[in-house]
Amino acid sequence: MTTASPPPAALGTQPKPAKRAQKRGQKSSWSGWLFIGPFMAVFALVFLAPIAYSIYLSFFRNQLVGGNGFVGLANYAQVLQDSQFWSSLIRVVLFLAVQVPVMLLIAMLVALALDSGRLYGKSFFRISIFLPYAVPAVVASLMWGFMYGTRFGLVGNINEALGTNIPNPLNPDLILASIGNIVTWEFIGYNMLIFYSALSVIPKSLYEAAEIDGASQFRLVTAIKLPAIRGAMVVAAIFSVIGSFQLFNEPAILQSLAPNSISTYFTPNLYAYSLSFSGQQYNYSATVAIVMGIITMVIAYAVQLRGMRKEG
Amino acid sequence: MKSRISPAVLRGSALALAAALTLSACGGGGGNDAGGAAPEEVSADDVQAALETGGDLTVWAWEPTLEKVVEDFEAEYPNVNIDLVNAGTGNDQYTALQNAIAAGSGVPDVAQVEYYALPQFALAESVKDLTGYGAGDLQDTFSPGPWSSVQANEGIYGLPMDSGPMALFYNTDVFEKYGVEVPTTWEEYVEAARTLHEADPNVYIANDTGDAGFATSLIWQAGGQPYQVDGTDVTVNFSDEGSTKFAETWQQLLDEDLLAPISSWSDEWYQGLGNGTIATLSTGAWMPGNFTSGIPQAAGQWRAAPLPQWEEGQTASAENGGSSLTIPAASEQGALAYAFLDYANVGDGVQTRIDGGAFPATSAQLQSEEFLNTEFEYFGGQKANEIFAESAQNVPEGWSYLPFQVYANSIFNDTAGQAYVSDTPLSEGLKNWQDASVKYGNEQGFTVSE
Repeated sequence: MTTASPPPAALGTQPKPAKRAQKRGQKSSWSGWLFIGPFMAVFALVFLAPIAYSIYLSFFRNQLVGGNGFVGLANYAQVLQDSQFWSSLIRVVLFLAVQVPVMLLIAMLVALALDSGRLYGKSFFRISIFLPYAVPAVVASLMWGFMYGTRFGLVGNINEALGTNIPNPLNPDLILASIGNIVTWEFIGYNMLIFYSALSVIPKSLYEAAEIDGASQFRLVTAIKLPAIRGAMVVAAIFSVIGSFQLFNEPAILQSLAPNSISTYFTPNLYAYSLSFSGQQYNYSATVAIVMGIITMVIAYAVQLRGMRKEG
Repeated sequence: MKSRISPAVLRGSALALAAALTLSACGGGGGNDAGGAAPEEVSADDVQAALETGGDLTVWAWEPTLEKVVEDFEAEYPNVNIDLVNAGTGNDQYTALQNAIAAGSGVPDVAQVEYYALPQFALAESVKDLTGYGAGDLQDTFSPGPWSSVQANEGIYGLPMDSGPMALFYNTDVFEKYGVEVPTTWEEYVEAARTLHEADPNVYIANDTGDAGFATSLIWQAGGQPYQVDGTDVTVNFSDEGSTKFAETWQQLLDEDLLAPISSWSDEWYQGLGNGTIATLSTGAWMPGNFTSGIPQAAGQWRAAPLPQWEEGQTASAENGGSSLTIPAASEQGALAYAFLDYANVGDGVQTRIDGGAFPATSAQLQSEEFLNTEFEYFGGQKANEIFAESAQNVPEGWSYLPFQVYANSIFNDTAGQAYVSDTPLSEGLKNWQDASVKYGNEQGFTVSE
């Protein structure tokens, strides 16, 4: 909803968002609960209960020897000192810092190109760029994993045919970049669509006015288009931040191809998964998930605050 | 709006929620609540009755020869319907199994569990103690190695299905083409690796991207005993002589890039074994069945030989893999499941599986002339069982796996595996593996020392 509603008067005055009417003293009654009851029941069951259960789990420790016991905040203290957890976090932050700007920049250039109206076969390009998003991440990772193969994969074929020596994309030094490439491929189309839809609702009158003033195409982009899609950019950035912190599918699939490059604590999510499913440390895994959730929320909120401040 | 709900209602629902959470927490504990219970008593009559009544069984196993066993079993007992599911090989299946056990639903009635992983399931009481089913009488049925592998905490937690005395499988075409002798010591093996790779850079003596089961088996063969287990007192130490021998020899292969960086059981691996780019495979005697089904295009090219030795003139071997069939504690079909175990691992199923290329764990079959004289068409008519049976008798005693070996193996690539892709020496990698295993063991309540 927020994605496709750029402020119409982005150039100048920005109307303040209508303050939501908070009527106090309105007579409340049970009938309201009747309407939202079904939703609240499902919401409590599928959203709140798992979170509550995870928090509950994080206060216990279940050992192979000694059974289950309440440990208070000990699991949280352990996470804060866990070098494997922090190394996984630093890895996704690095991923975020490099991959997200690259992806958003490409997506924006593509969206601007599509919007410029100077492209033949616009809808063909639009759908082909969006198509990778429709491919499930697991399939995409398998496909890329196969292409990355230096022996029987695409990289191997290129090396053989051209006599080049492309290094193995799955070796420990390149694996993060290789995963970034997969994720970029998957999500350019998605972000392009967000930007493109924001661009396409800019009123034509602005362009006409600019034309009368004799503005160049470049000036159109910097003065009208970019300011108009700032809201969409913030949204895309937040989604990308969350997506980066939740990186899981791609490394999990590639792990079987490159077990020494992708450790069991490669990303925070993979770490939580390994702890719980290989190590049977459900409690500690829940703690890792909660801490990671909080960090993600804080950073996503910071991005939002910063994005909104610029806008104002 | 909150005030509209009476405090009593709130308290009530909070209690209900707490109760629900506690219940599920018990379920999530890996079945520890079953701990300490006396083993179930199920007589042979009960088992027979269950067979006649029939029912549905879910079997999780990846062993290919079981398909035929299941077919025969269903034909013999028409009331029983078996759903044979391949839930992954080795660790993948254990992950799924532990997951199902923790969730308390979707648990199979029979699960294939390798010997190295069994202590972990036994310790958590997540598989049934079969002593009360009459498994205690089967002592003389199975060969000693596998039989001792299914015992833990004075219980019997599975019936041995196969065993994995190691042998060296080699592609005779490749060795002949480059005029290389089949190595009898690991020193010669390294030499052969160099010669082959030099003659054709696409040819590697073996594939290895760091495999915990393989590394521990070779250390076992070298006489190493890195794991000592006495109840919950555990010792992990990879600095003994056997481990050092392995690390030093393998380091040469790694330093000179003589091992194909291909993970076992991957598509590339099957291709490599089939097209002559992977020249040898040191693994358990259960492999022939996989050769026949997975690499049919290389029939006739492969042979078996005794495992290369650490010292010239020795005959030491080791076990690699080998698995049992177990009954998860959550199964409600214990009697019927045991009937299947008995059929597959003691009864007619054994011969069916041998015919399919499996390597049995039953003494009678291992010593029979018919078994030893079997000519393997895939191996060009070689009587490979003679080599395997010989190997089975030469496994050094005193080896044990950790009661948390599944987890330890899952972090092998985080630690020791780094030696395969970086400058970290393998000995240091093994030390890191040791440290990580010690840390985990202590966290889990074991008393682990180095």
